[in-house]
Amino acid sequence: MPQKARIRARAALLRAVFEKAGASPVETSLLQPAEVLLDLYGEDIRARAYVTSDALFGEQMLRPDFTVPVVQMHMDHGAEPARYTYSGEVFRRQEQDLSKPNEYTQVGYEVFDRENPSAADAEVFALIQKALGTQELRAATGDIGILKAAVAGLETTDARKAALMRHIWRPRRFRALLDRFSGRSPVPTTRSALLALDAPEDHDFVQIGLRSRAEVSARIAVLREDAKTPPIAGSQVELIEAILNVRQKLPFALEHLRDIAVDMPAITEAVFCLKDRIEALETRGVDVASLEFEASYGRTSMEYYDGFVFGFYADGRPDLPPIATGGRYDALTRVLGQGREIPAVGGVIRPGLLLELEGAL
Amino acid sequence: MTIKLGVPSKGRLMDKTFDWFGARGVSLARTGSDREYAGAVEGVDGVELVLLSAGEIPRELAAGRIHLGVTGTDLIREKLPLWEQQLEEIKPLGFGKADLILAVPNCWIDVDTLDDLDAAASAFRDTHGFRLRVATKYHRLVREYLQENGVADYQLVDSQGATEGVVKNETAEAVADITSTGETLRANHLKILGDGPILKSQATLWRSRVAASENSDRETLKALLAKLD
Repeated sequence: MPQKARIRARAALLRAVFEKAGASPVETSLLQPAEVLLDLYGEDIRARAYVTSDALFGEQMLRPDFTVPVVQMHMDHGAEPARYTYSGEVFRRQEQDLSKPNEYTQVGYEVFDRENPSAADAEVFALIQKALGTQELRAATGDIGILKAAVAGLETTDARKAALMRHIWRPRRFRALLDRFSGRSPVPTTRSALLALDAPEDHDFVQIGLRSRAEVSARIAVLREDAKTPPIAGSQVELIEAILNVRQKLPFALEHLRDIAVDMPAITEAVFCLKDRIEALETRGVDVASLEFEASYGRTSMEYYDGFVFGFYADGRPDLPPIATGGRYDALTRVLGQGREIPAVGGVIRPGLLLELEGAL
Repeated sequence: MTIKLGVPSKGRLMDKTFDWFGARGVSLARTGSDREYAGAVEGVDGVELVLLSAGEIPRELAAGRIHLGVTGTDLIREKLPLWEQQLEEIKPLGFGKADLILAVPNCWIDVDTLDDLDAAASAFRDTHGFRLRVATKYHRLVREYLQENGVADYQLVDSQGATEGVVKNETAEAVADITSTGETLRANHLKILGDGPILKSQATLWRSRVAASENSDRETLKALLAKLD
């Protein structure tokens, strides 16, 4: 059987597992309006997706994943609660590595359910683990919600918290901002020079472009305010670092985070969510004692995940990407829902990688 | 067979390239009428001159249709993500020096660094409902640079010429372009961000790793490179 046919056959089997679990099969278009994806991911998506265009529909992208169109479809006319499954090809632009495929098959399972998010997290994880079969795969898990709660609970201004929150998925800039706000890195000389002026807005530069004088003044006001704000305490930065460094088996990670929550009560709620999820996973028969938890897992390249995140890896094959990935994306439903929102969690399996591991390709 | 040498077909880049080779005993010249893109090589045997637009030279080298080529580092890096596998850098030629930079209006007195740009972009998006536009023709290089530095809420808009004018025309808020002296930027009320250039570029001689060659060609190449050294 040729490669593509094998992958399709395996995808059909996986989808059957998901259908049996109660999911309705759905289809999405290969061509997706670029505007929605650009709005969500920004310019970075252009490096990852193929863009094409015509004079009538404008820019279109070859489906880089299913989650966005499935969420849109559900938000437009889905009944609640809902479980969906799909299988098909996604397309990823490759510029750095010729060995990475630019087109591959994904089979997914997505749950939109307002009741009991922990149970839904566990349902998706356990179902995907079961669908992956007997393969020896290592599961990695994380929870972006804990870091978000920690940032929200920092003792500092809302402006600083918002700036940190905006860069949770860009670890380098997050770090730079945290260093700046805590006084660990010096204020740039250009900024102190600007703030030293009594009336910086009195200048002779020609006013050009859309960004108005008022917008510049507003930012200067923000910078002034920020300069007056005391630095974030070193102890708080250390707690954020302690959270980011949590990397243990799940039960130990929970204990560790509980300890941190004593000094940072803001994460208590999020840590309770983790505890609920662990219990829900156990109820589903998942061996939580051997499950890894990494608090910073999923901070790169998965920008729409904002709670539970997971991935399944083939340990002997560091050359392969994760065989399956998934997570919770409540915020995405809010962005795409135009005023409505619903807790949602899902995951995808790459049947081509499964076959490769089994030596069948 | 002959070794094909690709050289920019007009302007200062062509003249300077001709001078550079001339000073090393290899005389390059355009032949025929002014409009005809044909050339002649003297001083070394078995080398053919191919006159091309500087922007096409990366592609021709990567496809192996020319063995050697002169073009800027900027164009190679922008157009060939895997350039190290496809090309060998033989020699920087010491002219055509220019930096790929990010520039914003002078009147943005609050923006001097990437950190500022990122914060301004966030506020801009809230105010205007769309992402701050950066005009450039170096899409890949600029996107990689901004991504690496964690700048969000911007978008790239294509500008293939007169990029410095886009802010005044309100088709973009910032520009990423190549500049040697910064004069055009200043004349257009723009300033360069202080984080250093995205890329430093100059005219460079490249060898294609993929161009087919016979034994005799390798001898020719050796003789030519010996002269240029």
